Amino acid sequence: MLLYILRRIALALPALFGLVVLTFILSRVVPGDPAATLAGDAATPAQIADIRARYGLDRPLLEQALVHVRQVVSGDLGNSLFSGRPVSLEIMQRLPATLELTFVALVFATILGVALGLVAALDHNGPIDHLVRIVSVGGLAIASFWLAIMLQLQFSMEWNILPLRGRIDVIYGMPHRVTGFLLIDTLLAGRPDMFLDALRHMVLPAITLALPGLATIARFTRSGVLEALQKDYVLYARAAGYGRFRLAAIYVLRNAITVTVTQIGLLFGALISGAVAIEAVFDWPGLGTYAVQAILSADYKALLAVTLVVGVVYAVVNVLVDVAQALIDPRVAQRAR
Amino acid sequence: MMPPLLEISQLAVTLPGGGALAEILDDVTLKVPAGCITGVVGESGCGKSTLLRAILGILPRHAQTPRGGIFFEGHDILPDRAAGVRGRIGFVPQDPYLSLNPLFRAGDQILEIMRRHAKGSRAEHKARLVELFRAVQLPDPEAALRKYPHEFSGGQRQRLLIAAALSCEPRLVVADEPTTALDVTTQREILGLLRELTRARGLSMLFVTHDFGVLASLCDDVAVLYAGRVAETGPTRAVLDAPAHPYTRMLLACHPDRAADLAGIPGAVPPATAQPSGCRFHPRCPLARESCAREVPVLQPIPGGRAVACPFHAEALPELALV
Ligand SMILES: Nc1ncnc2c1ncn2[C@@H]1O[C@H](COP(=O)(O)OP(=O)(O)OP(=O)(O)O)[C@@H](O)[C@H]1O
Ligand SMILES: [Mg+2]
Repeated sequence: MLLYILRRIALALPALFGLVVLTFILSRVVPGDPAATLAGDAATPAQIADIRARYGLDRPLLEQALVHVRQVVSGDLGNSLFSGRPVSLEIMQRLPATLELTFVALVFATILGVALGLVAALDHNGPIDHLVRIVSVGGLAIASFWLAIMLQLQFSMEWNILPLRGRIDVIYGMPHRVTGFLLIDTLLAGRPDMFLDALRHMVLPAITLALPGLATIARFTRSGVLEALQKDYVLYARAAGYGRFRLAAIYVLRNAITVTVTQIGLLFGALISGAVAIEAVFDWPGLGTYAVQAILSADYKALLAVTLVVGVVYAVVNVLVDVAQALIDPRVAQRAR
Repeated sequence: MMPPLLEISQLAVTLPGGGALAEILDDVTLKVPAGCITGVVGESGCGKSTLLRAILGILPRHAQTPRGGIFFEGHDILPDRAAGVRGRIGFVPQDPYLSLNPLFRAGDQILEIMRRHAKGSRAEHKARLVELFRAVQLPDPEAALRKYPHEFSGGQRQRLLIAAALSCEPRLVVADEPTTALDVTTQREILGLLRELTRARGLSMLFVTHDFGVLASLCDDVAVLYAGRVAETGPTRAVLDAPAHPYTRMLLACHPDRAADLAGIPGAVPPATAQPSGCRFHPRCPLARESCAREVPVLQPIPGGRAVACPFHAEALPELALV
């Protein structure tokens, strides 16, 4: 098992290296001269050339790429062209907000999605099944930013029961930073009132972000359970006296969920990119808003770092998914051998 | 005389399928005397597995409530869908590769059956299961408890399933072609094992097969099924030596000791949704006459403890039909 995990990690490394190189090339072939942006509107050509030399932008592209890779590997992501501060520092400040949001959305989508899929499968072609199908089609069809605004209008403006934007109310300020996750840090600080406030801020963005994933997970779980229920071993277990619910929820769900888990790995990418739009609407101080700012100011250092960090997170999640697969299905680790 | 351990009387099972109702089983009557092995033979699709599913109370969920009676130890187990008897009737399924959930340890799956139906603690169950693994000649019985299904060969899995069938100390075992998925050598071993275990434990068995060779070597009595109805019943030797029903006679003439199917004989098994009127075999029967299409033949006793559902069984078949 440990060998299997190490092998999965080893397989993820070349992909990350490829990501570093590819994003660099992409960032330099798209239009927009970072030196000119940096120098400002009133800069003279000499000033721009000076900046170009200072940041090494006048070297051949290949050399720049090699320098970039070497820096990244040694953990140095460079300084922001915009603020001049180390990019890694700025990212570490913002990453937890995005991770927290995505993680909560993912947990929400998984638990509710699996439950809905299971219930729908047990009620095959019944009213609950149809309802779940409508919800899952709707969840995929509705545009996130539209849903976000609708939720804000209803819950924040109209009913005023949930906060409109941000991670926590300004009257609280930020809790002492330990993990950067507000839901954890507020508890560590012994402030349940702040925890509750952070949780209330989480509700609308998390629901918005979770909905498409929830729909996908419900769909895959439903078809997985339906398929597994047709298997001979289910008939055998019925002969052995398993009840209908126990059969589906305990015995069969594990088989059905192997497909769902793969989906969760893929979904994570969609969640992170979805977070960009949603953070903008909810004014969530995460990586998404940072990326938008980096794009607008042609801060390619920051942009490269964001892409890389997202890539690393994605790779980590997929290693975790592989491990989960192996834990669920004893044949997976063996087959990989 | 002791009442039979299992007695099925006028069982009828109807399933909706393809927009029509399919009479999968109709008026099936047969018995398994205590301590005997009764075979059920018939072509593919004639309803053998459905019969076992009715006994085990695991008919498809959309099936209509079956009519008739299934008496086990004198009680009709059909109405309560057999909830209470599962532990007392062991089941050996057809396909050892597909009948165990690949994600759970084989031992745990059997222990779960025992937890539901057998007396005693988990430790006692484990000890008994290891004993059973030894009895079914599974190599390294203790280690087998912790293995997953994919870590066993097909023959070993069928041994596991036989152990599972015996785990709650049943008086009756029903087996659904338990050797068809296995190679010939393994088949013979498994059959030998089943014979030995049932004899040694005084068990009764209802054994489904479409193989006359297996039937002859294992079963005391036999019921021949055609298109969901019983064609004839009787002691295996007598039926195989002198088959009475035209269907059985033609079958045995084609394949004296092989699979039961009428390949090479005009016509085919009718689809379950469109059964012929009267005797279901009449479109393919060389003895058929006009009345056969109208009247449903009933099982009539004939000498030798046998019964046959054909009023014209005494007539000789025309030579042509046997070629
Ligand atoms: N779940 C089901 N729904 C609808 N029809 C079914 C179902 N299971 C079986 N049948 C039909 O019932 C009939 C009898 O099937 P059954 O499985 O009992 O045959 P069998 O004698 O066991 O055949 P085989 O030797 O191939 O196993 C067939 O016509 C089949 O199409
Ligand atoms: Mg069958």
